[in-house]
Amino acid sequence: MIAAPLDKDPLIRIRRLCFRRESRSIFDGVDMDIPRGGVTAIMGPSGSGKTTLLRLMTAQLRPHGGRIDVDGQDVHSLATPDLYALRRRMGMLFQSGALLTDLNVYDNVAFPLREHTQLPEALIRQLVLLRLESVGLRAAQGLMPAELSGGMARRVALARALALEPDILFYDEPFTGQDPISMGVLVQLIRAFTDTLGLTSIVVSHDVAEALSIADHVYLIADGGVVGRGTPAELWASPSPWIRQFLDARPDGPVPFHQPGPSLDQELLATDRSR
Amino acid sequence: MTNMLAALGRFVLGGLTRLGRATGFGGVLLRRVGTAFTRFRLTLDQLFAIGVRTFLIVVVAGIFVGMVLALQGYYTLVNFGAENSLGVLVALSLVRELGPVVAALLFAGRAGSALTAEIGLMKSGEQLAALEMMAVDPYRRILAPRFVAGFISLPLLAALFSAVGVYGAWLVGVQMLGLDAGAFWGQMQDSVDFHADVLNGLIKAVVFGAVVTWIALFEGHDCTPTAAGISRATTRTVVNGSLAVLGLDFLLTALMFGG
Repeated sequence: MIAAPLDKDPLIRIRRLCFRRESRSIFDGVDMDIPRGGVTAIMGPSGSGKTTLLRLMTAQLRPHGGRIDVDGQDVHSLATPDLYALRRRMGMLFQSGALLTDLNVYDNVAFPLREHTQLPEALIRQLVLLRLESVGLRAAQGLMPAELSGGMARRVALARALALEPDILFYDEPFTGQDPISMGVLVQLIRAFTDTLGLTSIVVSHDVAEALSIADHVYLIADGGVVGRGTPAELWASPSPWIRQFLDARPDGPVPFHQPGPSLDQELLATDRSR
Repeated sequence: MTNMLAALGRFVLGGLTRLGRATGFGGVLLRRVGTAFTRFRLTLDQLFAIGVRTFLIVVVAGIFVGMVLALQGYYTLVNFGAENSLGVLVALSLVRELGPVVAALLFAGRAGSALTAEIGLMKSGEQLAALEMMAVDPYRRILAPRFVAGFISLPLLAALFSAVGVYGAWLVGVQMLGLDAGAFWGQMQDSVDFHADVLNGLIKAVVFGAVVTWIALFEGHDCTPTAAGISRATTRTVVNGSLAVLGLDFLLTALMFGG
């Protein structure tokens, strides 16, 4: 499965990606292809660099090596106007929602329309109401972000991300910290928007059941690289110890239960001596 | 000794690195400042948030500073029989120095800290990143209107501070201590020169407004996006902004009045 050929005409092509924070390597020569259309889930344990990968793909961060092409354009060599033109085709759902806190729900969803179009206010109103209706929050249009629950804030952010009808939608940990109902709503919305609007959705998550239930393709990342990829069914059938530990939620395995460090005996004896 | 030298080296290098980042930030901000004028509605909102909300503290501080100056000046001048020059003393002190400097210090404490906290919280709440992802340039949409609003607000606040201070001095000098109102206003009118005193004071306020707002915005934009990081950035805005005002005041005074 890991040896399967990469996509011939991917929407996002990542080659030899290297990224580090200070001396710690996050990615070391990663190759990845995100196909056009459908839901691609990028999964991995906490700290494996999933959100960092999303930020690299959207050129919010610069890699230390390698190249990321989005729809044939190297995102890190684009001039600012070209990058912004590309980003108008992208939407991103941040983990916190990242709503503008001094604007209410309606104005948050209207914000990208007002910034990027010359549409009359009456038409903007109709578009905003339709977007809010699609996420079930038309009645919450007058609320401020501080008055929303975490799940509602993410749905508003989803409506805002869809306002300009993007081709690609990135989701950063959309299910984290959600109650079962909110989680179910988000799972259903992501799948429904992907299918009905013909989007490419890229979901970064460590919630195995939810992510695999809607994903068409999955990448599993850990230890600075890709440790598994394929369809959800292929991953469930995989004997790879990495994949098995992650999918079966085993406490120990290739990702050790204990942080690497000196042995307990050494540490205890050292403490005794210091006394 | 070696450790001390290394620590000193780290301190100097850290300071220079920050100065370099701040200069780069200022350069980008200046290149993109046009939006603040083409979309002046955004700047108007910030003029209210930055300028109008600093109004009260400037008025109250101005009136008390003027009253104290009048009291202190009167008790010194009266020994030389020169108490009728009180109006000149107070007006020149306020217009040349205290107006721009104290208004700028109050501005750094009230508006500068608020700007840093606001931008820092927008950074920690991923709002700046969200704007970037919506292809909206935060420099143009968020930072430039605030910079121009600070730049416009401080000269107006400094002028207000000086005017209210003169009024406070009139209350104490003329109404309370019984100085002749004609001498108070007449000598002031004779001795305060519009170009040499009022205009130079306003130029100082313009420079202070630009520098304090630049520092406040940079600290917010550059902060570590955590509660402790925003708190440190807010403190740095007040400390660095105040020190910059005092240092620049000496420099500008030497240039304007030194010879």
